[in-house]
Amino acid sequence: MHLPLSDMYNQPDERNLLDQMRQGVIGQPLDRPEGPLKVSGTATYAAEWRIDGCVEGVLVLAGIAQGQVSKIDRDAVLSREGVIAVIADPAMTRRPAQGMAAKAPQQDAAKVEYFGQPVALVVAQTFEQARDAALALPIHYTDADGDPVPFDPAAPGVKVEAPSSSKPVEGGDLDQAMQNAAFSVDVEYETPGHASAAMEPHATIAQWQGDSLILHGSYQMLSYNVKEIADCLGLSADKVRIIAPYVGGGFGSKLGITHEAVAAALAARELGRPVRVVMSRQQVFQTVMRRSETRQRVRLAADPAGRLIGLGHEALVSNLPGEKFAEPVTQATEFLYGGENRLLKVEVARISRLTAGSVRAPGEAVGMQVLEAAMDELAEKIGIDPIELRKRNLPSAVPVAGTPYSSRMLTQALEQGAEAFGWSARQDRPCQTRDGDWWIGMGVASAARVNMMVPAKARVTLKADGSAVVESDQTDIGTGSYAILGQIAGEMLGLPMARVDVKLGDTVHPAGAGSGGSFGAISTGSAVMYACEAIRAKLAKALGCDADALVLKDGMASGGNAPARPLRDLLNGEDIAETGTIKPGKTAKSFSQASYGAFFAEVAVHAFTGEVRVRRMTGAFGFGRVLNAKTARSQCLGGMVWGIGSALTEELAFDTRDGHLVNHDLAEYHVPVHADVPAIEVILLEERDAAASPLQAKGVGELGICGAAGAIANAVYNACGVRVRSFPLTLDKILPALPDPFASGADTAL
Amino acid sequence: MAPTLPTAHVNGQPQTLPLDPRRTLLDWLRHDLGLTGTKKGCDHGQCGACTVLVDGKRINSCLSLAALHDGDSIETIEGIGTPDALAPLQKAFVSHDGYQCGYCTPGQICSAKALMAELAQGWPSAVSADVAARPIPTAEELRERMSGNLCRCGAYSNIIAALKEVIGAEALA
Repeated sequence: MHLPLSDMYNQPDERNLLDQMRQGVIGQPLDRPEGPLKVSGTATYAAEWRIDGCVEGVLVLAGIAQGQVSKIDRDAVLSREGVIAVIADPAMTRRPAQGMAAKAPQQDAAKVEYFGQPVALVVAQTFEQARDAALALPIHYTDADGDPVPFDPAAPGVKVEAPSSSKPVEGGDLDQAMQNAAFSVDVEYETPGHASAAMEPHATIAQWQGDSLILHGSYQMLSYNVKEIADCLGLSADKVRIIAPYVGGGFGSKLGITHEAVAAALAARELGRPVRVVMSRQQVFQTVMRRSETRQRVRLAADPAGRLIGLGHEALVSNLPGEKFAEPVTQATEFLYGGENRLLKVEVARISRLTAGSVRAPGEAVGMQVLEAAMDELAEKIGIDPIELRKRNLPSAVPVAGTPYSSRMLTQALEQGAEAFGWSARQDRPCQTRDGDWWIGMGVASAARVNMMVPAKARVTLKADGSAVVESDQTDIGTGSYAILGQIAGEMLGLPMARVDVKLGDTVHPAGAGSGGSFGAISTGSAVMYACEAIRAKLAKALGCDADALVLKDGMASGGNAPARPLRDLLNGEDIAETGTIKPGKTAKSFSQASYGAFFAEVAVHAFTGEVRVRRMTGAFGFGRVLNAKTARSQCLGGMVWGIGSALTEELAFDTRDGHLVNHDLAEYHVPVHADVPAIEVILLEERDAAASPLQAKGVGELGICGAAGAIANAVYNACGVRVRSFPLTLDKILPALPDPFASGADTAL
Repeated sequence: MAPTLPTAHVNGQPQTLPLDPRRTLLDWLRHDLGLTGTKKGCDHGQCGACTVLVDGKRINSCLSLAALHDGDSIETIEGIGTPDALAPLQKAFVSHDGYQCGYCTPGQICSAKALMAELAQGWPSAVSADVAARPIPTAEELRERMSGNLCRCGAYSNIIAALKEVIGAEALA
């Protein structure tokens, strides 16, 4: 049986082709093929292309939060040495494009909507000349029409709306369930805004060839980005080519095109020469994309046996007026635990801060850490182990909707993680373990992240010499796309990795999924698999056997009664090129698909200062087939590091008087550093999920963050008895509630 | 006789320093010399992506003006090893997956190379129990000494594993 190529994924592909192959490379912890380039500084990132005649542009940001640019005093800087132009074009963007927008974001940068919005671009011969002129450029403003938009989501009179992007989930009577509950919690938590803070700042080199535009840039989803930039400039999308083979991290901030790309393209068109625009770190912080702060109310109602009869999760997030994105805080709450009486709802406050959008694991990243902290509170009230509470509350189908689960490794993750971590040594009550001046505690949290497939294409060419080339505009933003797409092709075509070349990040190739929402690997990977399947069918015909009987290994083909032959002979001097396509279909609706896991953290809380140090973490994760155990493990590790940041240090701070982002750099916005990150253990649970993808794989790029901060917060409580309901858990929030550090009570000394 | 132009040696090659006094060492390496292995992550000495070795010591090249380096010997990632001839540290980063996006990686490797020299010279750190004793390259010492190099992908554990392997091998040699 063969599924038709180019099909919607309407039913699970149970053939599980990859497990029938013989090459033995799929899943292996192979090194990234591009590794030698990255470690020698020879992988070329966006700003690093050498393009003749390229001049330098520097963006100018607004020094006000709301108003209208009335005049830009170009002459004040045009006479400076090296300065070529001041660009203030109506086509310049004032907001970045959201992920998968595929159309222009808000343009007309002269209308200022938030502090630090780009309003102009200065172009000069050198970066230093452009930077100095940008700093010196006088900009005049008039007041905005209408009422001012508040800076603070908690301001009186702030407009609060139901987002168009999600509907509330309602079932039964939650208030009644709370009244009937034997045990309940009703708590409010806060999480602050977060920045993606990818290490490579956004950068674009724009170059026109006639009426066609070539961009060397740093973006995550090229086939969408082409449409966005084309729409901004009034071009047809086939006039735009994007080249981005290496992207220095994205985490959501490069899903859609943003200011520097459009400004560079406009300037290059006006000046008739290539223009490079690289945002400064401060500009990235101030203008690109923030994760919204959230205020979350969680209500949990349990019966005497610790089973949930009610679950409420309501969140207030924020965004600019009219912006559709609303942090989908309750996304995983919908399917994770039981409780038929439920209310899940997100509302969005309209405020004047930079655009809120996707930052790694939008929704779950902040929703899960709060839900999991609230579950810890419930476990304590009931007096049962928090792992047991979670295991008791895994429904057989999604509450209210009734959708079946495709697969779910949560129980296994909790159990195997607990075993590896040494959970049995945890004390039930806080303040039981001291190590010198430090309280020691352990915490657990579930991990969950929705699985998504998006349309993707990839071309695979089996060359006459018996080697293969995989081509897609799929990006590798550190995720491992080069490695895993090569492994899928190598496995399907029976080739060692040295015989497979993967070419990515260029829109001359077929449109892959792009990197976002953990969907790149399963979407583009499935397209690669289907392309290989089509090649296999042709090889089987050439060999004279059924496709099902074809065996490919180490460049040799055999099958049926046909004698084994080298691929080179079978190909007879001809290449075989096939394009594979996959699109999401009915499986996306007929199954609840998610990746699952469990986090375990051991922390130390300083008994005198409240400082928190994470001592060790374990994560166990089930996300379908592991395509490369090394790169998948790294994704999980990275997510858990984000969890440490979210738990302890990361917080965007806005001045509520004038709306400016106070900590707009890496000195003041604290991402975890080496010293913050202890030994982290990652356990990968093998699983097959045919509903998720023909690869039997699910997404893993974001799973490691989804709940991790909850495990740390729960460990802090277990250590010192302080329950902080406001992330991050900085020492100022812990210190006032710390127990007497001299009191004896610790009955376990390390 | 014509005056000698200010010159630095970069990866062993003499290079004339730039005329614009505003040009940082980082921008000179990247733009004028095309040595783009040294990365710009923040331009403010906050992330370490631009770490290079000047006379064997690590610095943030974004915080140093190029014109200050007359007579200096500068080593960048390109001087440490090439794709076909990787240094042991670079190989260890590959085999331990001590990176993801790769953007902080050259800085991490330059920093690690200097760190190894600092350990050999007996430099203490903030976490050394005895500042007069020869430092022991524990994971805690390595993390402390690498904390000027941010990695947003979160490859820290793998970077420390790579360092341990190389430092352990050196200790045995």
